Amino acid sequence: MSRVRAVIVLVCASAASLAHAEVALDQRKSGADFMSAATRAMQDDDTANPAMLSTLDGESLWTEKAGDAQKSCGDCHGPAPQSMKGVAARYPAYNVARKAPLDLSGQVNACRTDQQKAEAFKPESAQLLALSAYIGLQSRGMPVSPPDDARLAPSRAQGEALWSQRIGQLNFSCAQCHDDNWGKRLGSALIPQAHPNAYPIYRLDWQGMGSLQRRFRNCMSGVRAQAYPYGAQEFIDLEVFLSHRARGMPVETPGVRP
Amino acid sequence: MAGNMGRALISLPAKAKRGAVIEIRAMIAHPMETGYRPDSQGRLAPRDIVNRFECLFEGEQVFAADLFPAMSANPYLSFTMRVDAGGELAFRWRDDSGAMAEEKRRIEVE
Ligand code: HEC
Ligand code: HEC
Repeated sequence: MSRVRAVIVLVCASAASLAHAEVALDQRKSGADFMSAATRAMQDDDTANPAMLSTLDGESLWTEKAGDAQKSCGDCHGPAPQSMKGVAARYPAYNVARKAPLDLSGQVNACRTDQQKAEAFKPESAQLLALSAYIGLQSRGMPVSPPDDARLAPSRAQGEALWSQRIGQLNFSCAQCHDDNWGKRLGSALIPQAHPNAYPIYRLDWQGMGSLQRRFRNCMSGVRAQAYPYGAQEFIDLEVFLSHRARGMPVETPGVRP
Repeated sequence: MAGNMGRALISLPAKAKRGAVIEIRAMIAHPMETGYRPDSQGRLAPRDIVNRFECLFEGEQVFAADLFPAMSANPYLSFTMRVDAGGELAFRWRDDSGAMAEEKRRIEVE
């Protein structure tokens, strides 16, 4: 309830400045910069970061044979520290077979169904998060590098439009909070700039791992909008746009968030 | 490993000087269901927490803790130990369902 009240206060506070300004490239801050020192220390220490447990699961799933093909990810790709280095940093990417942009977990599931001939992992399942976190870890420290690919342009434009569109009973756009009011408080939370560079994350509030889409859905329910379902094209579009907006920032996967 | 008991992450130096005090950290994946949380059907999820942790050096207990529902998921414990000789450390967790997890690590003296 306190969060809702805080939203309303924020509506009044920002009603005067409706035109939204993009965050300047040199003013960008990772979500980690808005966290308490204790939470940041937890993210930075691999022995204290609970998301590392999920990457260990991902590491063993990588070599587990599955599906009618009885092949593991590693059977085709080899060891992930080499073959997956830098891969997560350039996702979402255009997938030729699907003729559509895929986020990393979408690509994992594409290999799961098309290559392993196995059932797709469910959204937010421990396995899908674990593989995504493990692949993401292989890009840690590397710059977010969205592909310069004209086939992604429509998705990016659509993502930007969604970002600026007012939604929900509270009638807020993502941009109003994350471009115009970052650094301010919303209840007990500091509004971050909404960069996607640490996902999947371990969120203390969830007491578990979650994807970027779970985070999007939280923000949508926060403004009392009907959240899109997992895997929705709108979420892919938002991520394509946000990864462009976060280009050059270091990948932090697997992150910790409050 | 069974039920809710998951992966463990242990950190300690592989080598230490004789007599040195080292820090050991141990974390295990476990949801730590308090017994007060409604599940997706609205029923209370039964309590299942890691209630006991022990660390043994060559069979002798060097650290132990009883854990309670206020602990967060994936309990993380950090403690110190003086290293007088090289040997094997065993780490043991037990939860309410009776599931056990054990991990072993060696430490050498230099
Ligand atoms: C009313 C303000 C508000 C709106 C509107 C809003 N968010 Fe958020 N968002 C937040 C707050 C506050 C947090 C941080 C929550 C926390 O730390 O507990 C957050 C966190 C995030 C994060 C996580 C960033 C990180 O560093 O981990 C992303 C990504 C995000 N929002 C995306 C979106 C998108 C996409 C939309 C539009 C669909 C949106 N948000 C709408 C307030 C908002
Ligand atoms: C039978 C061989 C095979 C198996 C098994 C397989 N893959 Fe793939 N994978 C491919 C091929 C071929 C591509 C490139 C074509 C495509 O995009 O689908 C690919 C692409 C990828 C990519 C994108 C790489 C990039 O550079 O963009 C990722 C990530 C990936 N696979 C992850 C996985 C994971 C995780 C698993 C196990 C769950 C897996 N793969 C299992 C053959 C396989």
